[in-house]
Amino acid sequence: MNAISRDTAIDWRHVGTIDDIPAQGARCVTNGAMTIAVFRTADDRVFALEDKCPHRNGPLSQGIVHDGCVTCPLHNWVISLETGAAQGADEGRTASFPIRLDGRDIYLNLTA
Amino acid sequence: MTKQKLVIIGNGMAPGRMLEHLFDLAPDAFDVTIFNAEPRVNYDRIMLSPVLSGEKSFDDIVIHDDAWYAARNIALHKGHKVVAIDRDARTVTSAGGITAAYDKLVVATGSNPFIIPVPGHTLPGVLAYRDLDDVEGMTRAAAAGGRAVVIGGGLLGLEAAAGLKAQGMDVTVLHLMPTLMERQLDPAAGYLLQKELESRGIEVICGANTKAIHGQEKVEQVELEDGTLIDASLVVMAVGIRPNTQLARDAGLEVQRGIVTDSAMRTSDPDIFSVGECVEVDCRVYGLVAPLYQMAKVAATHLAGASDAAFAHAETPTKLKVTGVNLYSVGEFGDGPGFEDIVLRDANRGTYKRIILKNNKVIGTVLYGDVADGTWYNEFLKSGEDVSALRDTLIFGQARQGTGAADPLAAIANLSDDAEICGCNGICKGTIVNAIRDKGLSTLAEVRAHTKASASCGTCTGLVEGVMALTLGDQFAKKAEGMCGCTDLGHGDVRRLIVAKGLKSIPAVMQELEWKTSGGCAKCRPALNYYLLSDWPGEYRDDQQSRFINERVHANIQKDGTYSVVPRMWGGMTSSDELRAIANVVDKFNIPDVKVTGGQRIDLLGVRKEDLPAVWEDLNKAGMVSGHAYAKGLRTVKTCVGSTWCRFGTQDSTGLGIKLEKFLWGSWTPAKVKLAVTGCPRNCAEATCKDIGVICVDSGYQIVYGGAAGLHIQGTTELGTVKTEEEVIEIAGAVTQMYREQGFYLERIYKWAERVGYDTVKAAILDDLDSRRAYYERFVHSQKFSQSDPWSERVSGVDKHEFKPLAVFGDAPATATTVTEPAE
Ligand SMILES: Cc1cc2nc3c(=O)[nH]c(=O)nc-3n(C[C@H](O)[C@H](O)[C@H](O)COP(=O)(O)OP(=O)(O)OC[C@H]3O[C@@H](n4cnc5c(N)ncnc54)[C@H](O)[C@@H]3O)c2cc1C
Repeated sequence: MNAISRDTAIDWRHVGTIDDIPAQGARCVTNGAMTIAVFRTADDRVFALEDKCPHRNGPLSQGIVHDGCVTCPLHNWVISLETGAAQGADEGRTASFPIRLDGRDIYLNLTA
Repeated sequence: MTKQKLVIIGNGMAPGRMLEHLFDLAPDAFDVTIFNAEPRVNYDRIMLSPVLSGEKSFDDIVIHDDAWYAARNIALHKGHKVVAIDRDARTVTSAGGITAAYDKLVVATGSNPFIIPVPGHTLPGVLAYRDLDDVEGMTRAAAAGGRAVVIGGGLLGLEAAAGLKAQGMDVTVLHLMPTLMERQLDPAAGYLLQKELESRGIEVICGANTKAIHGQEKVEQVELEDGTLIDASLVVMAVGIRPNTQLARDAGLEVQRGIVTDSAMRTSDPDIFSVGECVEVDCRVYGLVAPLYQMAKVAATHLAGASDAAFAHAETPTKLKVTGVNLYSVGEFGDGPGFEDIVLRDANRGTYKRIILKNNKVIGTVLYGDVADGTWYNEFLKSGEDVSALRDTLIFGQARQGTGAADPLAAIANLSDDAEICGCNGICKGTIVNAIRDKGLSTLAEVRAHTKASASCGTCTGLVEGVMALTLGDQFAKKAEGMCGCTDLGHGDVRRLIVAKGLKSIPAVMQELEWKTSGGCAKCRPALNYYLLSDWPGEYRDDQQSRFINERVHANIQKDGTYSVVPRMWGGMTSSDELRAIANVVDKFNIPDVKVTGGQRIDLLGVRKEDLPAVWEDLNKAGMVSGHAYAKGLRTVKTCVGSTWCRFGTQDSTGLGIKLEKFLWGSWTPAKVKLAVTGCPRNCAEATCKDIGVICVDSGYQIVYGGAAGLHIQGTTELGTVKTEEEVIEIAGAVTQMYREQGFYLERIYKWAERVGYDTVKAAILDDLDSRRAYYERFVHSQKFSQSDPWSERVSGVDKHEFKPLAVFGDAPATATTVTEPAE
């Protein structure tokens, strides 16, 4: 019932509206055992990453969101919201999920 | 050989520079005596505007301090105005009656600000803009508030207007001409400038002719020719300057508009030289420092011995020193026979560029918004090179010439060795490069000290750094003094500017202080959030998204993403009821670990985020509140049992500890703050390694501070001993507040005290009762807005989103809240 008809092949799930997430903040979506962090930037873009830092599994949803990145609360790794890749000298990548904004509604693709 | 006597009248920027050259060329030639009507040393007059706006202090702009004169055996008579020159006796005499004989005399009396003699111009509250006294007068007027009317929309008037606005006044600029700065800007650039100032809330009225200033005892209103009345509590006249020539005229020297000199800076009396704004040379007088510094050099050379150095006219570029306003103008910009214009505008970016050509040579340029190519155009102006070949691309700037990409260093690399980098001091690229190579300079401060480049108004700092980067290559690591990669400003500058400019939000700080990133980073945002919270209590709204997670959810994140919860135990005291409630919470939420902390309280480890509000609710019900164990703020006040139980106890240390904790809790500080109160010098509560410690003795309370027992171990330093608990509390509040106002984010008390000086802290908190009281009162005021329990706020629904998932799909893991209540 959450799927949108024109993209039937993909499992787009309605997870809420952008107003549910504070600007420069994140909320979590649980999908079975996995937690996905949904981020909202200062300019109202949204991104979805697995809520796990590639370094020591820190919950990225709890970090500070800035300039298209989030800084992990455990050891300050900086992760790109768009690609999930660690920035700077650190190496590693967190899974990212397709996400899309339709008006103020947020749809997350869980098939990926 | 006996030294000759050199006497200088006036101690402004021109003679100051002359002396530097003279002591370089002939250190032993003269005994020097200086008379200065201003009661102070030589300072950088052009930096008065940053002093007015609060961006700099007077100490920052001193050029020669007292030690400089002492080291050169110079007699400096501060506050002594020379009233007569006796050319026959070869002496000068001051108003205070000091007479000095000279072999050589230098007249450097500068100029006087022109005051329009309209009715009311002598009323208190009418100021000129020339020296530190004027700045102090304006600062005082600004403190009283109201509207300032600045008469004159030239360089000085606009800098005064921006400074007064920064000081919180309403400001109106009255300008006689149709556009601002018409002597340096064409109407198009004048318009952009006016728009920019208006968008900052400065009212600009052009074509305004002042008729009178009204007021009973002081300024109240300004009346224009057309009858308009403007309320004013301050009037600043900045309508021009007149060379200060009276003294020279009285002495019979040749004076026209200024004191007439030849190109060696000699007046009509060969033993008397003149330098500075008072001079007229080759029918010209000057009002910017670059030509004055050239005069200074020429005069010094001739004083040092025979020389053929001669002053030659050059165009000086103009810049406006208003933070965030970029304009550059040099040479001709009007219309004239044979003048051709090349113009480029970008309305979106608000930029305007214009080059004026004659016979295919650059004769002037006016740049607004994008001034990067000013120096390059000025080079063409000075060299008189034919630019026909470049004509089509000239306006796009140096970076767009040929194939060169827009690399700022490439532009600097292309400059010739005699291209001027520092306009104020007339320093060319070659001079800087040679100084770096010959003297092995590697920092900006060293380059400034040795070459003076960028040491006056500072607008060429970027260029100087560019030259350093090119010369030093990889060795030049631009010193990262900034608080993070988003800004070159350090914590101290940022804190000062937040207050000086009245910046009250993170976006305002980032805009006004020209952050290099759009939204800051995880380093600067928490720091700015703290600074704003501390500087504007009750006004600034805490930005949760700029806080670290611990302070956002009021618990400590653990390595597995769960949290630890520490309720406050005032002074380390607890009770059976509290312990029972804690035990129940542990069972109800399956909390895996319970530990006693070093701060005399209990830590519940491994609480799941979703459970936090429910855990807090239960703890709240038992009367417990957040212990702020996660905060850059007051953590704990550790105590011993004191005189209540202990046979050595001298005072009620537990009671005092509780009072202190109840007074200080909830306050945010640059880094964590821990206290201890110990009942006797045996120090069971370990007060001597705390941020603030109190050691009870028979006669009262010894207060110590600045201890550390983490990575770094350090004993405390004594602040003083007082008799009563009330004094202890007042001093603890005051020193915490001083630290809150001055500390850099994450800087512990001991670091802060080392930086500002333990003596300074003691003087402000212990010795000066008024200052102690003021700090204490500011602390009390700020506490009004910070003492509410963050746990109970969240139990009643604040930040609900923090603790609930946005959506749940599939089989969500069971939460601990479904566990049944334990039997009571
Ligand atoms: C607010 C402000 C901003 C400025 N901004 C710029 C800028 O951005 N760029 C730029 O190039 N220029 C700028 N200027 C101009 C520059 O400051 C002056 O050109 C320069 O300071 C003049 O130096 P001077 O030595 O000739 O005179 P001054 O610095 O005026 O010194 C003259 C001194 O002589 C003293 N004196 C006068 N008569 C006597 C006497 N009879 N006996 C003893 N002492 C006497 C005076 O008290 C004064 O201290 C600015 C000026 C002001 C006021």
